[in-house]
Amino acid sequence: MLEIRGLRGGYGQVEVLRGISMSIGAGEIVAVLGSNGAGKSTLNNTLCGIVPAFSGQVRFDGHDVTRSRYTDIVAAGLIQVPEGRRIFPNLTVLENLALGSYLRGRAKREQNIERVFAIFPRLGERVAQRAGTLSGGEQQMLAIGRGLMGEPRLLILDEPSLGLSPLLVEEVFDLIRRLNDEGLTILLVEQNVGQSLAIAGRAFVMENGAIVFTGTPGELLANSDLKRAYLGI
Amino acid sequence: MLELSILFPSVLNGLTTGAVYALIALGLTLIYGVLHIINFAHGALLMIALYGVYFLHQSLGLDPYASLPVMVPAMFALGYGLQRFVIGRASHGKDENILLVTLGLAIVMENLALYLWRSDTRTIETAYTFTTVGILGAMISIPKLAAFAGALAVCAVLLLLLAKTDLGRAIRAIAKERHGAKLVGIDVEHVFAMSFGIGLACLGAAACFLLPAYYVNPQVGNGFVLIAFTIVVLGGMGSFAGALAGGFIIGVVESVGGLWLGESLGQIGIFLIFIAVLLFRPQGLFGART
Ligand SMILES: Nc1ncnc2c1ncn2[C@@H]1O[C@H](COP(=O)(O)OP(=O)(O)O)[C@@H](O)[C@H]1O
Ligand SMILES: [Mg+2]
Repeated sequence: MLEIRGLRGGYGQVEVLRGISMSIGAGEIVAVLGSNGAGKSTLNNTLCGIVPAFSGQVRFDGHDVTRSRYTDIVAAGLIQVPEGRRIFPNLTVLENLALGSYLRGRAKREQNIERVFAIFPRLGERVAQRAGTLSGGEQQMLAIGRGLMGEPRLLILDEPSLGLSPLLVEEVFDLIRRLNDEGLTILLVEQNVGQSLAIAGRAFVMENGAIVFTGTPGELLANSDLKRAYLGI
Repeated sequence: MLELSILFPSVLNGLTTGAVYALIALGLTLIYGVLHIINFAHGALLMIALYGVYFLHQSLGLDPYASLPVMVPAMFALGYGLQRFVIGRASHGKDENILLVTLGLAIVMENLALYLWRSDTRTIETAYTFTTVGILGAMISIPKLAAFAGALAVCAVLLLLLAKTDLGRAIRAIAKERHGAKLVGIDVEHVFAMSFGIGLACLGAAACFLLPAYYVNPQVGNGFVLIAFTIVVLGGMGSFAGALAGGFIIGVVESVGGLWLGESLGQIGIFLIFIAVLLFRPQGLFGART
């Protein structure tokens, strides 16, 4: 579904991604792990057309999207729930969800809002509340809900468990598994190594803008050097 | 002491002017809220719009109110193009650059107007220019009444658009969270340009409502931009409700102040309010404390 070949990119003159190659098949959960500053978020934003690619190629569903605009990428169904949530703080919960289907999923907006409320009943109780006044956990739910409103074909989740209580982390990982069971392809960027590897089919480890490991969670967990060097476990 | 019979017409007069001020300020606050810049060209663009209405009347005999369907889209298109192809490009995404670009635009437009149309002050005369109607004993001219109703109607349409449409939601969303907006597929450059266009469309409408009871010359925008800026600060930068309320407050203060202190000093009240707001409530009446 997603194929990345020799992708280089970064900010201005600074190259952050130094030749990333990976692929994600339909229906997979793929985990991308790596310490802070490894370039995971940069990779996500390059895939989404927000950070420019210097060279290399990104193919989504067989189409070259390396230099596509971010609007075309959303329209194609590659949707990101970003690090730090990035919800619209001055808009209500309902308005945030509505804008999730600004470009894609517009026809089924009402239906999908109901679906999000079924997944996150706490959002349903706060439709008219300004998103900026939600708790951190509720904001994360809203960010995920907004992402789902765009009817993603591939959903990128960038550190969805960051700053959540252990109970909520559990809930989020459960949800990711459930969405995947329903057929959604997921690229999961996480620092929470244990739980990510428990639900991922394959994992990549990034360091310094490059991929230093590709394999199954079992292979990664068996490699103690790698764990110690890059994951700190 | 002032008598009610003098005060009431003055307040009424202030409210009618205030509605037009609100319309102009709404455009300014919209552009500020989304692009995070003070559009210094706002006054000069109002001047251009006033000349537009003036020449439509002089050359085609078009009534100023009949110019609305021409001026509103024309100013919208001008704003969209200016933001998309001039201001946006020249500013390279830096807010301080946008500021300089709009200031530069204002200077260019004003001097161009001086060159093309001289510094003469021009007015138009319509059949209804001097017609008045009585409201609770106060006499008020038809153009002022029309300006009041028209400006209020345009404000209402604009507020509805901002509150109830996807474009309006996108405009408000981008004001606070550009990255998040891109991730749901909102074309940020397009919405910036739409905001600028809508801001100028307000000026187009304001010009149609103003000219029958007002005048145009190359400097006419300057007074308005100062007042509009005061309203935006008073109402809270980027607040739509604030612009509306602020417009009326400033209109009434100016009118009643003029009654008290004489026409030329009436505006002192406005600047006293301006300073008081900055001192005691810098976030404005409707602005959120940050
Ligand atoms: N907007 C930006 N401008 C310049 N450099 C950036 C920007 N965002 C991230 N970086 C740099 O890119 C590198 C990778 O960051 P990031 O992709 O956020 O890593 P991760 O998500 O793995 O923690 C870091 O060195 C960071 O400082
Ligand atoms: Mg990151």
